[in-house]
Amino acid sequence: MRILISAILLTILVLGLAFALVEIPFGANQINSSLKPGRHYLENGVDETGAANVVTSVVVTYRGFDTLGEVTILFIAAIGLGAVLYTRGKRLPEVKPQPASLILQTGCRFLFPLILVFGTYIFIHGHLSPGGGFQGGVIVASAFLLVYLGCAEKKIARTGLAATESFAGLVFVIVGLAGLAIGGSFLMNFLPQGTVNTLFSAGVIPVIYAAIGFKVGSELAGIVGDLLEKSQ
Amino acid sequence: MEDTLKQITEAVIVVLMLGGAVCACIFKDLLNAVIATAFVSLMAAILFYFLQAPDVAMAEASIGAALTTAIFVIAIRKTKRFEE
Repeated sequence: MRILISAILLTILVLGLAFALVEIPFGANQINSSLKPGRHYLENGVDETGAANVVTSVVVTYRGFDTLGEVTILFIAAIGLGAVLYTRGKRLPEVKPQPASLILQTGCRFLFPLILVFGTYIFIHGHLSPGGGFQGGVIVASAFLLVYLGCAEKKIARTGLAATESFAGLVFVIVGLAGLAIGGSFLMNFLPQGTVNTLFSAGVIPVIYAAIGFKVGSELAGIVGDLLEKSQ
Repeated sequence: MEDTLKQITEAVIVVLMLGGAVCACIFKDLLNAVIATAFVSLMAAILFYFLQAPDVAMAEASIGAALTTAIFVIAIRKTKRFEE
């Protein structure tokens, strides 16, 4: 009986997916096919969004809602990890970390701000050069990873990371809702576009990428901290 | 000439990636397996760069080769290093 039900459900699923996907010309050259979003992005992307990097205009403007979904998935994954490693109530044995050598500590102290600046540069310039919120955020998180590994006696304020993450997520959603209120669609680019190829151009794209960068960076730093501190 | 050279480089990178992936599957020392996975990610990043996708290459290099490896190494340190 259960096999029959699962077979029927599987058939419905397969048929539904087949009917949904049969219209899409897989394998055909998408640029020249009858559906031409790719060509449209390449030809009009810079004029419509003001972002010199076409990939960014797709990720943040044309497919901005998908990006919000990605950020949400990352958030849920971090929550799941926190729930698995939840340790309030039972006290972990306090492990005194062995102090690192002087060379490692000095190197960490020297490199930490440089890596932070580089990550920030990547996500602030996301609309001009390759890179963006996710890449810059991961680089920021790797700076925190360096501190966790190299200077184990330094305590990183977890509440600060959590507050940054929540605030950045709120900024993303508020900017999207402001676009809905002003321009009529979610994540509408309501700020002036400015001159292409300058830092203050492309309207809301740098704001959103900065929010994504802060969110991804603090989230991944929190995940690394959870794994290193809470588990045993 | 330049096209042929580029294609040969890409083919070499793909073969290296395949080798790294097979190594990651058969290594019994999990630390070596994680390093092999990171190698596959790094090669994928270089391949993305050759295929003119620098954004994806950056994401792959920073997430796949750096952060995932670090998280795997932490997990191995907290559990067991050798597969039985």
